[in-house]
Amino acid sequence: MGRRGQDYNRKTLENSNFMTQWSGYFGLILQGALVTIELTLMGSVLALIMAFLAGLGRLSRFFAIRALATAYIEFFRGTSIFVQLFWAYFVLPFVGISLTPLQAGVLALGLNVGAYGAEVVRGAIQSIGREQYEACIAVNLGRWQAMRHVILPQALLVMLPTFGNNAIELLKATAVVSLISLTDLTFQAQVVRSQTGNTLVPFTTILVIYFALALIISWGVRSLERRMARGLDGVRV
Amino acid sequence: MEWDWNFVWEIMPTLIEGVKITILATLLGSVLAAMVGLAIALARRSPNKGLSRSVGFLAEFIRGTPLLVQLYFIFYVLPDIGILLPPLVAGVIGLGLHYGTYTAEVYRAGIDNVPRGQWEAAKACNLNARQTWTHIIVPQAIPPMIPALANYFIAMFKETPLLSAITVLELMNQAKSVANTYYRYVEPMTLVGAFFLVISLFSVVLLRWLERRYGRIEK
Repeated sequence: MGRRGQDYNRKTLENSNFMTQWSGYFGLILQGALVTIELTLMGSVLALIMAFLAGLGRLSRFFAIRALATAYIEFFRGTSIFVQLFWAYFVLPFVGISLTPLQAGVLALGLNVGAYGAEVVRGAIQSIGREQYEACIAVNLGRWQAMRHVILPQALLVMLPTFGNNAIELLKATAVVSLISLTDLTFQAQVVRSQTGNTLVPFTTILVIYFALALIISWGVRSLERRMARGLDGVRV
Repeated sequence: MEWDWNFVWEIMPTLIEGVKITILATLLGSVLAAMVGLAIALARRSPNKGLSRSVGFLAEFIRGTPLLVQLYFIFYVLPDIGILLPPLVAGVIGLGLHYGTYTAEVYRAGIDNVPRGQWEAAKACNLNARQTWTHIIVPQAIPPMIPALANYFIAMFKETPLLSAITVLELMNQAKSVANTYYRYVEPMTLVGAFFLVISLFSVVLLRWLERRYGRIEK
């Protein structure tokens, strides 16, 4: 035996410690991934609602609604997501609204990306040809009916690719919530970094996870687009 | 909590210091992004399949992952292999690389929009590849791209608060340190928001002007 054997024993011991430790750390990062996915989903839902409200609001007949929608869009596109998040988390408590980090994150992400989405909704609706509106009038549809049955089904298909890009932007923006102590992927990577001193492994791991999530989103949007385009081939020019 | 104007004037000089760094980071980042984007766009057009594919994948990867994590990567991982960068330099590299992948798409579209006849005419005049690019293609491709590029530089400007996470003392970081010292968040955070809003509104005006000036080329 001698030294070499001892060395060998210590090495295997360290190795097994290393393995169990790292599996723990990967568990931590996976938990973070769940938080990131949760945030992305909830933020996307809020963003989608805000995009349609503000996008349709900008096309409203009433000046007040148009002005309100424009103010919302310009405000949230003009200030950065980071500032909005900090504002929601640190300033709102002083006016009596206390949000948990998760609520603040979903609120800031949803409102911010919703403002970008609103412009997509407006652009897509305006891209639908004039003859479609005239045809709606000719068959005596009301404004709401025309929107619901004729304009939106066509406009949705135009919006979809850009919505996919916006969802990826939202996914990337979720990294910012780690700075208000929400335990997402980036936060957990920082925890692993401070506990192990290793920087390459945690950060590379989460970069790969973020990229994989982005690929899943773009794949999902593309297949959704294919499904929605079915049957419209003859109609669309 | 009351809004306190005296406090606002008291912290203003500190915030102005931060504004300077924010603007400096944006300018340097824009220059780097413009160069990185051109390099990526040219590499993706290269006849060498290995080069164009690997650069293309790398650009996709950078575009699909958060800027914050890339900043951490540059700031924390690179020192382990012996590259120790000051925070501001790390931040500018992060901004430049990240937005370079976006501007690359703008360059690509701009280059694709140069009519085929121009390439053929350059060939007919016996210009070599370098001359064709510098004298024929790039001068025609750049002006229509300017509004789109400016759009990304404005977007980059709005991402600069992320640099506070890697200890760059820009506007957001100054505001945070002021807020933590006096334990008053309302004024500093609101001022940061107002500052960004004002600059963005001005930049929208600038963008409209750029679009009118460069948006179309006469055919």
